[in-house]
Amino acid sequence: MRSHRIFKICLIFICLGAFVVACETNIYKEALTLSPESLKDRQLQTRIFDSIEESEILTASAAVLQDLGFSIDETEVKCGVIVCSRDRDVTETVEVVLSITLEILSILAGHPTSVPYDQTQKVLASLVTTPVDNQKIAVRITFHHMVWDSDGNITKNEQVHEPQIYQEFFSKLSKSVFLVAHEI
Amino acid sequence: MKKQFTTLFNLFLVITLVSCAGKQQNILETSEPQVKLRSMQSRVFDITDQNRLLRTIIATFQDLGFVIDDAEESLGTVSGTKRSGYSLRMTVSIRPRGTRQMIVRSNIQFNLQTIEEPEPYQYFFSTLSKALFLEAQPIK
Repeated sequence: MRSHRIFKICLIFICLGAFVVACETNIYKEALTLSPESLKDRQLQTRIFDSIEESEILTASAAVLQDLGFSIDETEVKCGVIVCSRDRDVTETVEVVLSITLEILSILAGHPTSVPYDQTQKVLASLVTTPVDNQKIAVRITFHHMVWDSDGNITKNEQVHEPQIYQEFFSKLSKSVFLVAHEI
Repeated sequence: MKKQFTTLFNLFLVITLVSCAGKQQNILETSEPQVKLRSMQSRVFDITDQNRLLRTIIATFQDLGFVIDDAEESLGTVSGTKRSGYSLRMTVSIRPRGTRQMIVRSNIQFNLQTIEEPEPYQYFFSTLSKALFLEAQPIK
């Protein structure tokens, strides 16, 4: 009877182990093969600029990123890469008030609970230029944002897919290309 | 009594030192033999243009949703991280093999664990092959 029970427990652990291994394999497949959305993302994140040198577009891009408050972390001109990041405070008064109210209510109810609120955000951006044709340069930028709450836990850690963010960046880059071309 | 405390203190000191030494050994620890690991993480491509290869690796990283952390043409390395509820960090390095081929080597870290199974590398090289329109050949 006892050995039967031990066998059952072992079986549960083996199944759990197999499940974890299967999940990890799926993660690798999802992470390292192209998804159906990758083409759509590429179109969203890329614009082609005519009649410009790669070095000029990189200079214009670095200037826009600085305009947007990013710090340049790494550059490799020979590969057309700019890596940058921006930290900012995303604390909202409404969230803080709600958090404090809920904490007070939980104390009064006899179950003190910490109610965290979003506090800091880090935006990572990698911009890559690629010569596509004679005097044509493709610029691709990817934004990624991470948010930490007041307890220091990560609450958001994902790529940015909102089209308006990319449209706004490329609109600013078009203006910057003009300014760089005219040495302004 | 004092002697007992001194013994106990010495015992804890030895345990602490032994555990620290163990952590330092972990710095260079791998579960797979070096040759097997290199073979699993490397592929040969019939390409000579180092810049084109590096740019294609960077484009593949972006297609896969990685954020580029670093790229260095003279060393031939690109690093990137994919964060999607997990953290998958990759470093890819390239070097010439003879006059007609390049060796591409990648290593993957999933959260805090170095990946030493062949499948994730096969997935990456398959994606890179498609981007390069070239076949990834195993290293011999």
